[in-house]
Amino acid sequence: MKNRLRRKLLYLAPFAVAAIVIFIPTANTQPPTIRHINLNATQFDYTPGRIEVNQGDEIILSLTSTDVVHGFYLDGYGIEQRLEPGITREVRFSAVQPGKFRYRCSVSCGPLHPFMIGELVVNSNLPFWRALGLLVSGIAGTLVYLWHFGGNEQ
Amino acid sequence: MTTRIDLLAAAPRLKVALKSRLFQPALQIVTLFGFTLAILTGIFGTPTGSRNFGIVFVWIVWWALLIIIIVPLLGRAWCMVCPIPAPGEWLQRRGIVRRTPGQLRSRHHRWPRRLKNMWLQILGFLTLASFSAIILTRPQITGWLLLGFVLAAVGLSLAYDNRVFCRYVCPVGGFIGLYSMMAPIELRTRDCKTCTDHRKKDCVTGNAQGYGCPWMVFPGKLQRNTYCGLCLECLKTCPKDNITLNLRPVGSDLFVMGEHRLDEAFKALIMLACALLYSVVLLGPWGWLKQWANMDTFAHWGLYVIAFWSVNLLLLPGIFGGAVSLSRRLARLQISFRQLFVDYAYALVPLGLAAWIAFSLSFVFVNGSYAVSIISDPFGWGWNLFGTANQPWTPILPGVVSFLQVGALMFGLLYALNTAYRIARHHVQDHQLALRAALPTMCFLVGITLSFLWLYLA
Repeated sequence: MKNRLRRKLLYLAPFAVAAIVIFIPTANTQPPTIRHINLNATQFDYTPGRIEVNQGDEIILSLTSTDVVHGFYLDGYGIEQRLEPGITREVRFSAVQPGKFRYRCSVSCGPLHPFMIGELVVNSNLPFWRALGLLVSGIAGTLVYLWHFGGNEQ
Repeated sequence: MTTRIDLLAAAPRLKVALKSRLFQPALQIVTLFGFTLAILTGIFGTPTGSRNFGIVFVWIVWWALLIIIIVPLLGRAWCMVCPIPAPGEWLQRRGIVRRTPGQLRSRHHRWPRRLKNMWLQILGFLTLASFSAIILTRPQITGWLLLGFVLAAVGLSLAYDNRVFCRYVCPVGGFIGLYSMMAPIELRTRDCKTCTDHRKKDCVTGNAQGYGCPWMVFPGKLQRNTYCGLCLECLKTCPKDNITLNLRPVGSDLFVMGEHRLDEAFKALIMLACALLYSVVLLGPWGWLKQWANMDTFAHWGLYVIAFWSVNLLLLPGIFGGAVSLSRRLARLQISFRQLFVDYAYALVPLGLAAWIAFSLSFVFVNGSYAVSIISDPFGWGWNLFGTANQPWTPILPGVVSFLQVGALMFGLLYALNTAYRIARHHVQDHQLALRAALPTMCFLVGITLSFLWLYLA
């Protein structure tokens, strides 16, 4: 009886861990700050290509282009801006959503336009850690399953 | 024998439709129309890729349908409707719908024995992949490439009988064949003995109802989807009504141990490596790398190609070989390294398919809306056929993409772990020892998955 209960608990453990990983609420520990960031677009990349901020930070992006007309579209935040060479555009937003968001060119600017991509990482990047936790619990669950039930196969 | 559902017995109307000689050509004519349009728009249309039907409908719409829906669910169904071999096949047959009596019209050369494998397809895929940043973004190159495929298929069908191009040359066919092993659909015989006992073998020689298998397969011995193009000629020719389509457990073909081959093992490794490299080069934030792939200078592109081929043919197979070697030592297996390398490589197939789905999701959702405007202006000449030409680029649910990617990778990994274990179990009777033997391959699979996760989410 005890063994049966122990086995049941063992099988349920990965699901419990997965549920905790997905649903546990977390709080941002970093105090929010205002960040001024210069972002320049050229064919076919942004400089810097990767920006890291903390959740809750107020972001002020100064957007420029140095060759042709480009665009700036931030996934997840839906912010879009057209960038003409020589003109600086300012975008302000609050980084409320954690995760990794790609910014990409929204104005056709040449052959590699669809792949002109940069990355904004809003720490603590909870979606990544949750995905990682989910993966680890999935792996653990699979191994536990194979260890106990594998012998019954074939 | 695992559970199978005979779809044709369950759906007699489907059987009637599939047995009709009109079924395949009708679909091929539709795809041939789209394909011809892709060639014409590629060559004569606007050079701006995101405004050109050839680029958007081939590399976004078709690719998404193929890798996210058709291959995982229907296996080689695309090969049934593929327009590339159609003109050559129709020339060979001297007809499109009716079964023309007599032999196929070709020079009847014999395909070299040494090339009766996937190596040409692997070479072709790697060569095309080396130019991918250029092919995927230049309509003219895409147009000429597609035309080249048709001409190559026609040329080969004039020299050799049947679908030699599809079976041994087509770079797309190679990976469709590999990943079709995962599909929950299969064409098989109802009873193998019926085929063995039947002396005439109409499915190979053909009869008044249809042609002998164009894929040069004997359906009676078919155990995997890899080389069956689902043309359904055998369904038409079989006088014993012994051919059917089954619904089956996903990935059943991976465990047909007797048919594992080195070329397929390398194909599995290369496809996984390419998905990883494409995610780095095309989706990463490293502009210089994109420029190298885009041939900004020949020297840069040369370095890129050397690195690309090295990762595909040396680095990843080397790491995987190390894992296999460790596995051999851990379980003290007496099986040859080569055999283990080949067998365990089939555990990469589910993860590889999942990785390609995850990679494709990232640009399909974001760039799919180009298709709406292009349908009204396929050449980019300022037409507005259906009133949608001015539809702006609108990314569809970009925030959801990463969740879908995690789901795909998770499914692929867990299925791959189970596959690795079951392959190990084939070599080792003791299940705990089998689990230990599979651990190095499992670590390799987990490492690859973590790399994807890091690229997409970290």
